[in-house]
Amino acid sequence: MAGNAVGFGNFLRFPVQAIQNGGGAFIIPYLVCFLLMGIPLLFIEWSIGRYGGQFGNHSTPFMMNSMDKRRMWKYVGVFGIFSNIGIASYYCYLESWTISYVFHSAIGSFRGLSQEGVVQVFNDYVSIHTSTLIPYESVIFFVLCLALNTWILSKGLKGGVEKVAKIGMPLLIGFGIILAIRAVTLKAGHQGAIYDGTEGLNFLWTPKFDSITNPKVWLAAAGQIFFTLSLGMGSIQAYSSYLRRKDDIALNSMSAGWMNEFVEVVLGGAIIIPISIGYLGIDRVAELANLGGLGMGFKTLPYLFNQWGPVLAAIAGIMWFGLLFFAGITSSLAMGVPCVGFMQDEFKWNQNKSALAFGLIILVLGLPTVIFFNYGVFDEYDYWTGTVSLFTFALFEAILFAWVFGMKKGWKEINHGADIKVPVIYKYIIKYITPVLLIFVFVGALITPENNDWQQAFQSVSQGKVWVLDNSSLIKQLANSSLKEQIIAETDLTVKQHLETKLWLINGTRILLLSVFIGISVLVHIAYKKRIKNGRI
Amino acid sequence: MNTSALILWISSITIITFATIYFFVKILKSKPKAEPDSYSDNDDEPR
Repeated sequence: MAGNAVGFGNFLRFPVQAIQNGGGAFIIPYLVCFLLMGIPLLFIEWSIGRYGGQFGNHSTPFMMNSMDKRRMWKYVGVFGIFSNIGIASYYCYLESWTISYVFHSAIGSFRGLSQEGVVQVFNDYVSIHTSTLIPYESVIFFVLCLALNTWILSKGLKGGVEKVAKIGMPLLIGFGIILAIRAVTLKAGHQGAIYDGTEGLNFLWTPKFDSITNPKVWLAAAGQIFFTLSLGMGSIQAYSSYLRRKDDIALNSMSAGWMNEFVEVVLGGAIIIPISIGYLGIDRVAELANLGGLGMGFKTLPYLFNQWGPVLAAIAGIMWFGLLFFAGITSSLAMGVPCVGFMQDEFKWNQNKSALAFGLIILVLGLPTVIFFNYGVFDEYDYWTGTVSLFTFALFEAILFAWVFGMKKGWKEINHGADIKVPVIYKYIIKYITPVLLIFVFVGALITPENNDWQQAFQSVSQGKVWVLDNSSLIKQLANSSLKEQIIAETDLTVKQHLETKLWLINGTRILLLSVFIGISVLVHIAYKKRIKNGRI
Repeated sequence: MNTSALILWISSITIITFATIYFFVKILKSKPKAEPDSYSDNDDEPR
């Protein structure tokens, strides 16, 4: 389960989020969200999974229905399959970059390249029409990565997924520790470094305490907790549905959650920023941080490794991108488990057929993210399936568990077979604080004020002025406001045409994702009718 | 490193490492649960 949680977010996303949201002070809202939202949701999701599993349900639609008989819950549970399919579609592409970079590090493709040269390799790689070493390289590695995932999934939980996690997790932690030590002990003047690694730690951890009062920082912390713990996806429930009734869930969920935090804060926080600052300096890293974690990981590190000489560069490249690959594959496999479970439970498909169906669906849905990466299709998948869908589902889950199923039964469920005594305060946190926090986060994302300036927005409203939405708010995102403004302002015809195509593709992506959601709902409805016919309901 | 950054970094990694090791050791020390003879034996409460 820790393998499911540990992913790209730990190494690439967390440090960048911390830099953008108050430096060291980010750890405060981050840990508060972990304790008040992360841990409670882990308890909820493990409990829902184990409870649903007793009735032979291994995916969320009928798990939720087993907790409350009202029909709507199984359609709410569709989110638990939809998110996995949507996220796996772009996540496998991201994962395929790491395989490609392991390959290129091994054959020395980055040798002798300047910083800009390394950036260009990445840009060429994601621009499908630009020739790289292998024609249509990104498509080839995506298909290869997907085939590997499908093959492991076809081996089942014990024979495939568990084996990968058992090998991958210790390797990942081992690689992580080596790289973290290397980063923190980096000395200026050695092997091309211009700053000490500790300068990077200083940059990352210097607190800006005034940021704590900004709701934007809390939203970012909550978002990071969701992303990193794989909450609201349906994969935790699918894993725990294979547990026996007497198996512990309280200690296991705590252990998986804290293990994820260790990899994220202790290791993830000590690798990418100290190394990047050591070689590039603070200004350049601050600039790159605005591009997001992906830019940092793929556009800079091969250059940094080059400074260590050809042999060490190859070893470090294989280690770093290999580490990311293991982090990624343990998560992407977890995304396949609910879908495979659903096909097996409801349509009696065998493991191979279910895994193959999952692979084919991801191939069809994933190819647009590969081909139209530069048109924002990848980001669109990430926003709707990797962000909005997760929050929505988690909110429904928290309400179902604490208020519909009932906290009395829910608390009993968490503690059944528990190997630790869960602090009783969590009974109240799960019932009151977690749902309120989730509503706060959801509303915050829905109506994000202009420039994320909440203080100004509240002041404006108190003075009788209107609440001006930021282009990053969910409502404005839905209306494509930012892109439409760019199209209107653009004077260059070629760029304008590119933006118009982007708008068309973004709307097409939304229709496609909505169709997937409706398609899964129809399958759930058919499964429901089959259950009635077979006397299972 | 400046003092506030150092304090935050050290305290964060100490708390997190301690909690991770604590729960991990607890898992290693927890007694394996006996396999049930049947599915109904797996459930000690009537539903």
